[in-house]
Amino acid sequence: MDGGKIMAGSATGLARKGALGPSRSLTEPRWVQWIAIGVALAFLSLFLVVPLVSVFVNAFAKGIAVFAKAIVDPMALSAIKLTFLAALISVPANLVFGLAAAWAITRFRFPGRNFLITLIDLPFSVSPVISGMVFVLMFGAQGWFGPWLSDHGIKILFAVPGIVLATIFVTFPFVAREVIPLLQSQGTDEEEAAFVLGAGGWQMFWRVTLPNIKWGLLYGVILCNARAMGEFGAVSVVSGHIRGRTNTIPLHVEILYNEYNFAAAFAVASLLACLALVTLAAKSWVEWRYRNEN
Amino acid sequence: MSIDVQGLTKKFGDFRAVDDVSFRLEAGSLSALLGPSGSGKSTLLRMIAGLETPDAGEIRLTGAEATAQSARDRNVGFVFQHYALFKHMTVWDNVAFGLDVRKAPKEEIDARVADLLRLVQMQGYERRFPSQLSGGQRQRIALARALAPQPKVLLLDEPFGALDAKVRDELREWIRRLHDETHVTTLFVTHDQQEAMEISGKIIVMARGRIEQEGTPLEIFDKPATPFVAQFVGETNIVESVVSAPELALWGPFRFTVTGPAVGARVRIFFRPNDVYLSSNPETLQVEGKITRSRFRGPLIEHHVDVGAERPVIAHVPKGVSLASGFDAGRRVWVGVTAFHVFPVDPQ
Repeated sequence: MDGGKIMAGSATGLARKGALGPSRSLTEPRWVQWIAIGVALAFLSLFLVVPLVSVFVNAFAKGIAVFAKAIVDPMALSAIKLTFLAALISVPANLVFGLAAAWAITRFRFPGRNFLITLIDLPFSVSPVISGMVFVLMFGAQGWFGPWLSDHGIKILFAVPGIVLATIFVTFPFVAREVIPLLQSQGTDEEEAAFVLGAGGWQMFWRVTLPNIKWGLLYGVILCNARAMGEFGAVSVVSGHIRGRTNTIPLHVEILYNEYNFAAAFAVASLLACLALVTLAAKSWVEWRYRNEN
Repeated sequence: MSIDVQGLTKKFGDFRAVDDVSFRLEAGSLSALLGPSGSGKSTLLRMIAGLETPDAGEIRLTGAEATAQSARDRNVGFVFQHYALFKHMTVWDNVAFGLDVRKAPKEEIDARVADLLRLVQMQGYERRFPSQLSGGQRQRIALARALAPQPKVLLLDEPFGALDAKVRDELREWIRRLHDETHVTTLFVTHDQQEAMEISGKIIVMARGRIEQEGTPLEIFDKPATPFVAQFVGETNIVESVVSAPELALWGPFRFTVTGPAVGARVRIFFRPNDVYLSSNPETLQVEGKITRSRFRGPLIEHHVDVGAERPVIAHVPKGVSLASGFDAGRRVWVGVTAFHVFPVDPQ
C-alpha cells in the first residue's frame, strides 16, 4: 500500500502527535538527564533565543521613535500591505487546492496518483530560488508566455501577480501534507454512512469530513501563512525589488540592511519575529485543542 | 420491502468478488449472508446499499428498479462493522442526521430520535459523544441512526464483529426482538455460522463470490447442498472413499449406503460429530473402536475414536451422557453414524 509512504513522509505534523510521555522503565541516572537537558537548553538558547532577542534589542536600540518611524515609513507600509495581500490570496488558494488534492488522492484510485503525491512535495524539495526562476522562465520577456503577455499589456513578473504566484507555489504543500494523512486515517466509513443516510456531496463534506479534519487543516493553514509572509527566495527572484511597489516585508528588510540602516532593518524584521511568535502560539493552541478532542 | 437481486456481478481487476448472484428476500424477513472472509458477502451487501457499483446484474428494492439509483436515494439503513458514528456529533445528532439532511421538521426529528433512543434503550445518553460509549452502546446508536429515516431495508455488515462474546450474545437477542417490533426487511453479513443460525429465518451461504446454498438454518445444517456448506456450517468428519459395489462405499469398518454415484466413483462422505453415536455395548450397525483422546468442551465432550481407519472419528457426546457412560481416553466403545452426506469428488 502506498499509504505508508505518505504517513512516514510527514513526521512533523499534527496527525501523529501521540502521547510522548516519559517512560518510567527508561530512566537514566539523574546526572545524565541533567547533562542532556542542559546541552539541549544551551543549544536552543544559543541558536534560537539569543537571535530572537537580538532582533528586538536591535530594533529598539536607537529608541522607540526610530522604531516607529521605520514602521510607518511609506515604503515599509507598502511592503506590509503587499505581504498581507500575498498571504491573503495564496493561503485561501492553497487551502482549496490542498484540500482538493488531498481529497482526490485519498478518496479515488486513478493513474498517476502516486506521481501526484510526489509532485505535491516538489516545492519543498527545490530551492526557492529555482522556484522563482521557473516563473521568470515562463513569464519573463524571453520566457514562454512573455511575448504574448507583453503584447496584451499583462504584467506578471516584477509585479504583484508574480509575487502571489511564487508564494502560492512555495507554500502549496503545507495544507495538502497535513490533510492527506488525516483523511487516510479517518477512512471512508463515516462518509459512506452519511451518504447512505441521504446526505449530498456538500452536506457530507461540511458536516462529516470537514469537522473531522478541521484541526489538521487549521494547522496547515497556520504554517502556510507563516511561510507565505516570510518567503524570501522565490519572491526575491520575481519581485524586481521596486520599492513601494513590489517589496514584501522580507525584501524590504534586506534593502534596509544593505543600506546599513540597521535600526530600521531590525525594526521591520521584528514584525516578522512577532509573526513567528504568533504562529507558534496558534500552532500550540491548535495542537492542544486537537489532543483534547481525541 | 422485498430485496430482489438478479445476476449481480462485481469484479475487482480480474478477481470476481461477486459472481452472478441471484436471490430474493421477502418483505419483513430477517436473513443472513454467511461465508468466510473474501467470499464476496460484504461486497454484495454494499452493492445492495449502493456503496459499490455492480458490473452486471440488477437490484430491485420493493419491486422497484434500484440498480442505477444513488445510495442516498435508495432509503436503505446500513450498519457498519466499526459503527462509523460521526465522532464529532453527540448521540442525539448522530441519530437525527438522516432526518436532518432530508430537512424533516424539527418536531418530527425530536419525536423520532426520542422514540429510537427508547427503542435501543439509550435514553439519557443524548448529550454523550461516541467516544464516551462502549462498543455495544455504539452499535445500538448506529442501529438507531440507520433506522431513523424509516428505511425500506436494513443492511448490517458484520454488526457484531468488533464486540466481545458476551455483548455479542446480548445484541443478537436484541436484534431479533428489534426485528419483531419493526418488521423492517433485514439482511446481515456474518462469518459466524452460530450467529446466522440463531437470528435469521433464512441463510444464504456464499463462497468464492457465488451462492452455495440458501435455506432455513435447519435446512442448511441438516441438508447441506454442497461439500462447502457441509464443511463450513457446523463441525464435521470428512472421509474419502470409492463406490465399490452398487450403492456401497466402505471407509474402515464402516459401510455407507451411497445412492447416485456409479461404481468406481470417488466420493467424499461428511458426517457431523453429533451424528456419531457411541455406546458401551455393541448395538446394530456399530463398529468397535477405542477412544484415543477426550476433550472437554463445556456442554459436550469431544472424543477421538480410533476405528482402525486412516483417521480417528470425532464424536460429540453430551457431557452428562459421556460421564455416566464412563467414556474416556483408552476406553473401548462401539461407534455408529446416524446421519451422513455423500458428495462426488470433482475429477480435477
